[in-house]
Amino acid sequence: MVHDKTIGGRLFDGAVYVILFLVALVTILPFLHIIAGSLTTVDELAQKRFVLFPTKISWDAYAYIFSTNTIFRSMLVSIGVTGFGTLFSMILTSLMAYGLSRRDLVGRKQLMFMIVFTMLFSGGMIPTFIVVKSLGMIDSYAALIVPTAINAFNLIILRSFFQNLPDGLEESAKIDGCNDWGILFRIVIPLSMPAIATISLFYAVTYWNTYLPAILYIDSAEKWPIQVLLRQIVILASGLTADSSGFSDDFVTPPDQTIKMAVIVVATVPVLLVYPFLQKYFDKGALLGSVKG
Amino acid sequence: MSSNSASAVAAVKPDMKKHDLRRRILKNKAIYLMILPGLLYFVLFKYFPMWGLVISFQEYRPYDGILGSDWVGFKHYQRLFTEPMFWTIFRNTIILFLMNLIFFFPVPIILAILLNEVRLQAFKRFVQTIVYIPHFMSWVIIVSISFVMVTMDGGMINEGLDAMGMQKVNFLLSDEWFRPMYILQVIWREAGWGTIVYLAAIAAIDPQLYEASRMDGANRFRQIWHITLPSIRSVIVILLILKIGDVLELGFEHVYLLLNAMNRNVAEIFDTYVYTAGLKQGQFSFSTAVGFFKSFVGLVLVMSANWLAKKFGEEGVY
Repeated sequence: MVHDKTIGGRLFDGAVYVILFLVALVTILPFLHIIAGSLTTVDELAQKRFVLFPTKISWDAYAYIFSTNTIFRSMLVSIGVTGFGTLFSMILTSLMAYGLSRRDLVGRKQLMFMIVFTMLFSGGMIPTFIVVKSLGMIDSYAALIVPTAINAFNLIILRSFFQNLPDGLEESAKIDGCNDWGILFRIVIPLSMPAIATISLFYAVTYWNTYLPAILYIDSAEKWPIQVLLRQIVILASGLTADSSGFSDDFVTPPDQTIKMAVIVVATVPVLLVYPFLQKYFDKGALLGSVKG
Repeated sequence: MSSNSASAVAAVKPDMKKHDLRRRILKNKAIYLMILPGLLYFVLFKYFPMWGLVISFQEYRPYDGILGSDWVGFKHYQRLFTEPMFWTIFRNTIILFLMNLIFFFPVPIILAILLNEVRLQAFKRFVQTIVYIPHFMSWVIIVSISFVMVTMDGGMINEGLDAMGMQKVNFLLSDEWFRPMYILQVIWREAGWGTIVYLAAIAAIDPQLYEASRMDGANRFRQIWHITLPSIRSVIVILLILKIGDVLELGFEHVYLLLNAMNRNVAEIFDTYVYTAGLKQGQFSFSTAVGFFKSFVGLVLVMSANWLAKKFGEEGVY
């Protein structure tokens, strides 16, 4: 856009910058408040209530939450679920996406309809629970991964991406004696690394954030992923839910604000760490046009 | 045949002979093998549960399974429509949806238009980077942060009210504050992310339109009103219609995390009710009936919304 030098135009610009700056500030402030608060001494936080720059950095809250195994174990569960889950999801998703991207496949249309239909209608929570239960997955880590292994949206995005690769590549590979597996692993996947990386990150964030499958399928507290533990510590400790069953023994008394903040930070930081990589891809809007099959 | 290009095969009309079809299938053996695990996933975890909806017509007992449980016809559906809780849930759902439409829906549009007016690319990127962040945080984190900030014992909001000589408010245990909190959290988490679609639509606008209007002496407000908004109208209509198709999808996790004994009469929605009645109280068949009702109405809404979109001359979504 050409520079607008009128007085009205400058006022308008000024207003836009101020408003957007405030929006960004309001969005990020709660996170900064929590991070700063977790590093503040209990006394200082109790006195000032809102801290952005602690006068004295204190790691007490972190020392406390890592003094028992509870948080550490939950972190391990979440890391494991995220790692294995992302791998499992990517194997299933990319194999199926590539298969469905082949235009010469008999039954492709029917299979696509079958997938899209699951986005519109579902059997719901209880029948899914019964299936998971009859597969013997209750209270196993597999229940946190397998029942949500493929996200139909991710599958369709990846399929569109594969489909838009030039046709000639497969042809020439076939002439060179490459079979379908060879084409997928030596040509299609290496050429689609940006898309593969993006979808992997989306899966990873989803697995890290997993909560519903855990409260549905996991009974033992030692198998809780970090999100469930976070809810126990911050939300249930305020005595606020109708259902307070399965409360973790380590946190019977309502914990200090600083401790709650530290747990939130621990659950948040991994996502913040991968965020720049995520942003690199979705910023280009690369994913958008391809969502529609 | 094998040297034919893939697209040429696809272009062949379906009136081919049987053994041709078999050859086309056999040729792609490896491809079907690749699809198999994914297909198995969809059958097991998406289509089996759909079949499992039959338990809403039964008195399902876990030990007897679906095949061994007694059939009771529409008993659970009759109970559903006579239960006073049903109408509470129905009302809560509609109110939350309307609030969503009025208070949340316009926010990403306004934000996207403002972002588009920014010429300093570095500033635009800075704002975008920040406002997308909350979308990647789980509801547990969003709700936890809110709780820490508004709690009665030491939350910054209540301490601020106290310092200003006002009465503390128990936001978390109040049925008046549930809806505003819900909607504010939705805006916080999703408003920034929601701008992406609109920004993409705005980016497609021909810059000459703006130049021409400037020649005609249109100021920035008029440019937004006469060029930007009309250009993204179709995207707005599509998203609005999609939203209507999603009336019942208010987010189980989000509402469940905010739900407590004190705000249940305004916070209970279909999903949370299914969870409590089904998994906490063991009324499998009844809660499945509730869930089926919800899924079915949802499907009808999405289909009608899509039909409506086509009717408005927009490209449908499905």
